[in-house]
Amino acid sequence: MKSTLRIACSRSHLQQVRDFVRDYLNSRNLPEITVNQVVLAIDEVVANFIIHANGEDETQFLDLKLAFSQHELNVEIADNGETIYLPGTHQSPDLRAYIKEGRKGGMGMALVNRLMDRVEFFTRGNHTVCHLSKHLA
Amino acid sequence: MKVTAQPSADTLTLLLDGELDASSAIVLDTELAKPDILNYRKVLVDCAKLSYISSAGLGVFISHLQRFQDANVKLVFFNMQEKVFNVFEILGLDALMTIVPSAAEAEAA
Repeated sequence: MKSTLRIACSRSHLQQVRDFVRDYLNSRNLPEITVNQVVLAIDEVVANFIIHANGEDETQFLDLKLAFSQHELNVEIADNGETIYLPGTHQSPDLRAYIKEGRKGGMGMALVNRLMDRVEFFTRGNHTVCHLSKHLA
Repeated sequence: MKVTAQPSADTLTLLLDGELDASSAIVLDTELAKPDILNYRKVLVDCAKLSYISSAGLGVFISHLQRFQDANVKLVFFNMQEKVFNVFEILGLDALMTIVPSAAEAEAA
């Protein structure tokens, strides 16, 4: 089973990322909603890496690694760019204000924080790395 | 992601087909941004074939909601798959948007 993926920093590769995660989780017989939640969390972080950390520069790339340790899924997403990207926690977006302002963004990391058990961003050399984990029965 | 618009009297039904993410959200945004859409009384969004939504997709709906409300256009979602509804629920958007189970309830909303 393929557990690593490298993609260029283009949002056109997000579908490939989601298909990769779904294929990886398929053998675990997890509920559809659980699989979708993990796929969503990874998709959100990867989209942020592509758009905000790497400015959709297709000469840059991201590496994804998925691994299970017993019932815990561990995800690593690392970029190759030189810009350090450390997003805030964004726990509770004010959605009524977002609607009033006609705002499009600002919910992705709030979703990730609610969907995963652990969310960590850190630097490795000049690169940004994100670790996500979630207990999956 | 495919968006099909079906106009009928004072109602516009949008059929969403595929996965709505940071790459495809522009297709929906373009449809919702059309000035003529505010001539309808209702915009019904058929989500039967919407198999995935990310925050970028949610953001498109959120960004047009106030404009619709100001023009007295009601935005109603129906036929939503459970895993997609779950994403609305996680953020609490199910309390701020009109989401009903069926086409009949959407037409009556």
